[in-house]
Amino acid sequence: MADATNAAMPVPDTAKKKHRSAEFNALIGLVGIALIFEILGWIFQGQSFLGNLQRLQIMILQVSVIGIIAVGVTQVIITGGIDLSSGSVTAAAAMIAMSFAQVGTYERAVFIDQGWVDLPVIIPLIVGLAVGAFAGLINGALIAYTKIPPFIATLGMMVAARGIAKWWTRGQPISFPTDAFAAIGQGMMPVLILLCIIALFVFLLRFTVYGVHTYAIGSNMDAARMSGINVERHLILVYTIAGLLTGLAGMIIAARGLTAQAGMGLMYELDAIAMAVIGGVSLSGGRGSVVGTFIGMLIFGVILSGFTFLRLDAYYQEMIKGVIIVAAVVADVWRQKRRALAA
Amino acid sequence: MASDKIILKTEGLTKHYGGVHALEDANFELKDGEHVAVVGDNGAGKSTFVRQITGVEQRTRGKIWFDGQEVQFDGPLEAREAGIETVFQNLALADDLDVPSNLFLGREKIRFNLGPFSILDKRAMREETEAGLKRTGVKIPDLDNSIRHMSGGQRQCVAIARSATFVSKLIILDEPTAALGVQETAQVEEIIKGLKARGVPMIIVSHNLRQVFDLVDRIIVFRRGRIAATLNAKEVDGNEVVAYITGVKGAEGEKRAAYA
Ligand SMILES: Nc1ncnc2c1ncn2[C@@H]1O[C@H](COP(=O)(O)OP(=O)(O)OP(=O)(O)O)[C@@H](O)[C@H]1O
Ligand SMILES: [Mg+2]
Repeated sequence: MADATNAAMPVPDTAKKKHRSAEFNALIGLVGIALIFEILGWIFQGQSFLGNLQRLQIMILQVSVIGIIAVGVTQVIITGGIDLSSGSVTAAAAMIAMSFAQVGTYERAVFIDQGWVDLPVIIPLIVGLAVGAFAGLINGALIAYTKIPPFIATLGMMVAARGIAKWWTRGQPISFPTDAFAAIGQGMMPVLILLCIIALFVFLLRFTVYGVHTYAIGSNMDAARMSGINVERHLILVYTIAGLLTGLAGMIIAARGLTAQAGMGLMYELDAIAMAVIGGVSLSGGRGSVVGTFIGMLIFGVILSGFTFLRLDAYYQEMIKGVIIVAAVVADVWRQKRRALAA
Repeated sequence: MASDKIILKTEGLTKHYGGVHALEDANFELKDGEHVAVVGDNGAGKSTFVRQITGVEQRTRGKIWFDGQEVQFDGPLEAREAGIETVFQNLALADDLDVPSNLFLGREKIRFNLGPFSILDKRAMREETEAGLKRTGVKIPDLDNSIRHMSGGQRQCVAIARSATFVSKLIILDEPTAALGVQETAQVEEIIKGLKARGVPMIIVSHNLRQVFDLVDRIIVFRRGRIAATLNAKEVDGNEVVAYITGVKGAEGEKRAAYA
C-alpha cells in the first residue's frame, strides 16, 4: 500500500527511487511480454497480437474467474497466509449451488422430492456464496485458533471440499440451470463482476479499517496484537471473504459452462496465488495490492492467449507459466533481501 | 514535581513461565508525576514486570492498583484505555504501514462507521499525527513512507511519539534506546525529556546508567526476578547501582537502601 503511494508521488530523492513498487515492476513485465508477442505475431503470423479487440476480450474473459479468486487470495497472502483450498471450494460451491439452480422441467440431480419447479435465482446464489464463505470460515477459524499453519489448514480444506463436491451427487455432473442463473456466466458478465470486485477491494484495502488491519497483521502480527487488534477475528473475516469470492467464482464457471462437475476448478488455487505473486504480492505478508494482482492477471491472460495466437502447444504454456511463477517468487525474495540490507 | 498521589502500585506481583520464576513478589509504587528507572541484568524480569502491568500477559498472582483502583487488564487495549501507554521492547510497529497508520493502529479515526469495514478518516489521522510529532519533537521527513524505509532512530521516535500522543496517565518505555547509535540515543532522550516536562509519570527500563541518572528520580534494581533495591537517583552513584545489579550488594542491602 505504502509502496503504491510512493510510486504515485514524484519524489526526487534518489534513495527513494530504489524502492520502486512491485506493481510498477509487474506493469513493465506486462508491457514487455505483450510487446514480445506483438513482434512474434508479425514475424510468425503476419498480424498484430494486440490490435484485435476480440482477442483482448477473450483474454480477459479467460482469466476473470480465477481473477475473482485471486482478489480474495491476495488479501489472505497480505495477512501472511495462503489458501490452497480455492480450487476445491470452487467445485463444492458450484455443485451445491447448481443443484438449486436447475430448471424445473428437468429431473433434479438432488432434492428430487422437492417437486420440479424453478427456484428464484437468488436461492442458488445465496447457497453458493454461503458454501464458499463457510469453507473460508472453517479455514480462518482453524488458522486463528489452533495456530496450525495456513498451508496445512487450507490443504485439509482442499481435500475435504473436493470430497464434498463428489459426494453431493455421487460424482454425477449437474446441468441445465435456469436462464437467470446462467446469465451470471454469459458474455462479458464475468469480466464485469471481476472489475466491480477489484474496485471494491482496492477501496477496502486502502481506505478502511479492514485494510489497515490486514496489512498490519501481515507486517507484524505481534504489533497488531499489542495495538489491540483482534487478530483472530480479523483472520477469520479475511479467510471467510476469500471463501465467499471463491464461491462466487464457482457459480460463474458453472453458469458459463451450463454445468457443474466435481472435478472442476482443479489447480485454480495455484493460478490464483501465482497471479498475486506475479503482481508483486509478497508471500511473506504485509506487501502487495489488488492493483498488482490485477496486473498479474493480465500477464497470465497475455501469456495464455499469446500462446494460442502463436499456435503453440498447451504443454509449453504450462512450462512457461511455471517458470514465470518461480521467477516472480525469486524476485520477491530478492526484493526482501535488498530491503533487509538497506534497513 | 511528584505529588503524594500514588498512580501505580503492585503488591506481590509474580509471574512464572512454567518452571521459570521470571518475576517474584514485586512490591512497587509510583507517585503521580514521578519518573522511575527499572534496571537489571538480561533476563532479570524487567520486561516481564512491564508485561504484567500492561495486560499483555496475565500474572500468576499479586495485585495491581492503577489510579486509585484495583485493576485486572485483559489485554494491552484495556490498559491503554485506562491511560497507560507503552513502548514495548520489540517495537510494536507494523513495518509496511506509514507513520499515521502506525500511530493510530488499533484506534483508527473513522469517517463512516461500518463495523470492521469502517471508512478511515485519513486526513484527520494525518493532521493529528503531524501535531503529535511536533509536540513530541519528532521530525520525520516523509509521513507517507512506510516504517520499513526508516532508520532505527526514526522508528523508535515514531514508537515513542505514538505513546506520547495518546498518553494520559502513565508512560512505560522498555529499553527505548537499546538498539540505537549515539546520536539517535541523544535524539530519543530529548524526546523523553520533553515528556518529563509535561509531567507525565514514567517508567523507563534501561541498561544505560548514564541515561538513567540523567532522566529519573528513582531507580529500581531487578535481580533474578526480584526487586533487589530501590534507590534514590540523587543519593547513589553508578558503582553502587552496578553492585546491586550484579548481586555484590543485595539481600541485606535491600533494607538499608529502601526508598527513603
Ligand atoms: N514467554 C516466556 N516463556 C518462558 N520464559 C520466559 C518468557 N518470557 C520471559 N521468559 C524468561 O523470563 C526471564 C525474564 O525475562 P525478561 O524478558 O523479563 O527479562 P529482561 O529483564 O527484560 O531482560 P532484557 O534486559 O534482556 O530485556 C528470562 O529468564 C526469560 O528467559
Ligand atoms: Mg526486556
